[in-house]
Amino acid sequence: MELKKVVKAVAVALPMIVLAACSSTSDDMTTGDESRAGGTGASQTDGRRGVETGAADRRLTPQEERQERFAELRRDHVIYFDFDDASIRGEFAELLSAHGDYLVRNPNVSVIIEGHTDERGTPEYNIALGERRAKAVVDYLLNLGVSSSQMTTVSYGEEKPLVRQSNERAWSQNRRAVLVY
Amino acid sequence: MKRFAVWFVLIIAVTFGPRAHASLEIVITEGIDSARPIAIVPFKWSGQGSAPYNFTEVVAADLLRSGRFNPIPTRDLPSRPSVDTDITDFSVWARLGVEAMLVGSVDEFAPGRYEVTYQLIDPLRGQITSGLSQYLDDEGLVSEQEHILETRTSVVLDTQFRQYAHRISDVVYEALTGERGAFLTRIAYVFVDPNAELPYQLMVSDYDGENERVLLRSPQPLMSPSWSPDGSKLAYVSFENQRAEIFIQDIYTTQRERLTSFPGINGSPAWSPDGKKMAMVLSKNGAPDIYVMDLETRQVRQITDHWRIDTEPSWTPDGKELVFTSERGGAAQIYRVELDSGRIRRTTFSGDSNLGGVVTPDGRGLVIVSRDSGRYHIARQDYPSGNFQVLTQTTLDESPSIAPNGSMIIYSTTYQNRQVLALVSMDGRFQARLPSREGEVKAPAWSPFL
Repeated sequence: MELKKVVKAVAVALPMIVLAACSSTSDDMTTGDESRAGGTGASQTDGRRGVETGAADRRLTPQEERQERFAELRRDHVIYFDFDDASIRGEFAELLSAHGDYLVRNPNVSVIIEGHTDERGTPEYNIALGERRAKAVVDYLLNLGVSSSQMTTVSYGEEKPLVRQSNERAWSQNRRAVLVY
Repeated sequence: MKRFAVWFVLIIAVTFGPRAHASLEIVITEGIDSARPIAIVPFKWSGQGSAPYNFTEVVAADLLRSGRFNPIPTRDLPSRPSVDTDITDFSVWARLGVEAMLVGSVDEFAPGRYEVTYQLIDPLRGQITSGLSQYLDDEGLVSEQEHILETRTSVVLDTQFRQYAHRISDVVYEALTGERGAFLTRIAYVFVDPNAELPYQLMVSDYDGENERVLLRSPQPLMSPSWSPDGSKLAYVSFENQRAEIFIQDIYTTQRERLTSFPGINGSPAWSPDGKKMAMVLSKNGAPDIYVMDLETRQVRQITDHWRIDTEPSWTPDGKELVFTSERGGAAQIYRVELDSGRIRRTTFSGDSNLGGVVTPDGRGLVIVSRDSGRYHIARQDYPSGNFQVLTQTTLDESPSIAPNGSMIIYSTTYQNRQVLALVSMDGRFQARLPSREGEVKAPAWSPFL
């Protein structure tokens, strides 16, 4: 279990580090973190000489801004569905664009798309419904130019709920597709 | 990582250990009023010390849970006869309103072996004949004991007391209903303890929750156990390799084998009545469709082909048809397909949708999960068409499985925010819950006669 968490954390962190590295193309030696710090600025002290160095805010290009926003969006791996439905809700378009963009630019990265349902309906029907949701995400990403060889699906149906409760709130959180890098 | 997971599952599988206590316990919620009173007299123990086993406690519990009988409390019994000749006045028993009485005795036969003798007596008949009807024929005076419905004597090992008690229940049940008893059967189910290191467990127990055994523990979901017709194997779905795969496991030897690992869904295995084929759901060609695999040659044959969901195949007892759930008409409904001709017909029309159809052992009924106004209930319909009746009032019912004698349905439902198993009789009158002490219990499968 712990190992899995670490792997997940790396999966989240790695693309961000890579991106950050990409954005710091200028010859100043700022780290990714500093360039991301934006308006807050950054300072370093050197105790021996008592000299302080400061850095000006670097203006991001629209391209870089987009990449940053996408990196931020990609922290989210989950999209939610309506009851007994597998259509992608408009609110998740940007999130999926962020993942699609990343997968297109990193053709050797692959993703597993898990489909899940709430507990209503029979387990076998829900396996089928979960697969339909996972495939809806695959189709969406295909349209964004992601290669089918980068994506695999698995449906867990109602077997792995996020919230183990029987109410509308729990159900809405359990009807989901998860992108697992 | 993958290899590690497989190794982990396999190591645990061989432990096959019993749990400290049965985690299921039957709580009857409905239907005792309509059951027939019966007298279960504690068996007389003739040996030294205390009786080695309380057979009648198990028998009384069995008969109560059948939904057909209501054993009267032991304290209300007018006397404690152990054989019909002990009974001096049948009218006392007839007045209790019991349609039958079970009496018996236990003697020590040899160390660890006991002789159990019992009789099933009809007190009304006994009252009429005073325990003996006599008539003259060519041979002279003939005595008959019409009031004794059954008499049996067996030598029982002390390790098999409980099993023998269920056997007595079977004899009593069949003598009084004309239908075979199903008290010596088992159930398989999936137990989920989200806090455990290996949360998903495949279990078998006696039908009453006793003698629970773990067949498999896994870090990933287990689904859809299905019994082989001889009751020695289970087919089920395991996600231990991060994908759905169908496995077959011998419940005695723990030997297990991966049957399918096609791309996509590998689900809903159902053994054919002759044990030679396995119906299943595969989505390797796109949408989930029904397939039948020949278990000898491992060839799969596609039975349905539709772009919408087809799932939950279940055999008719003659093995000639499958019923299945399909969305081809919009909402999910039950359809049936003739395997020879491939002809498909819709069988359910009531409610918003119907899923999870199972044909009764006599082939004349269809048990389904019926969705109406957002509620999921177990329902019964004549097969292939006819009367439709909702049987349960519980919520979020699913996974119905029928006892091999067709008397009772076990299913999964939700009680106090947890998945539990429940029982309902085929007429809906008797209802019971099998709560678990912890975790969730689901996907029950009632074994064939063993």
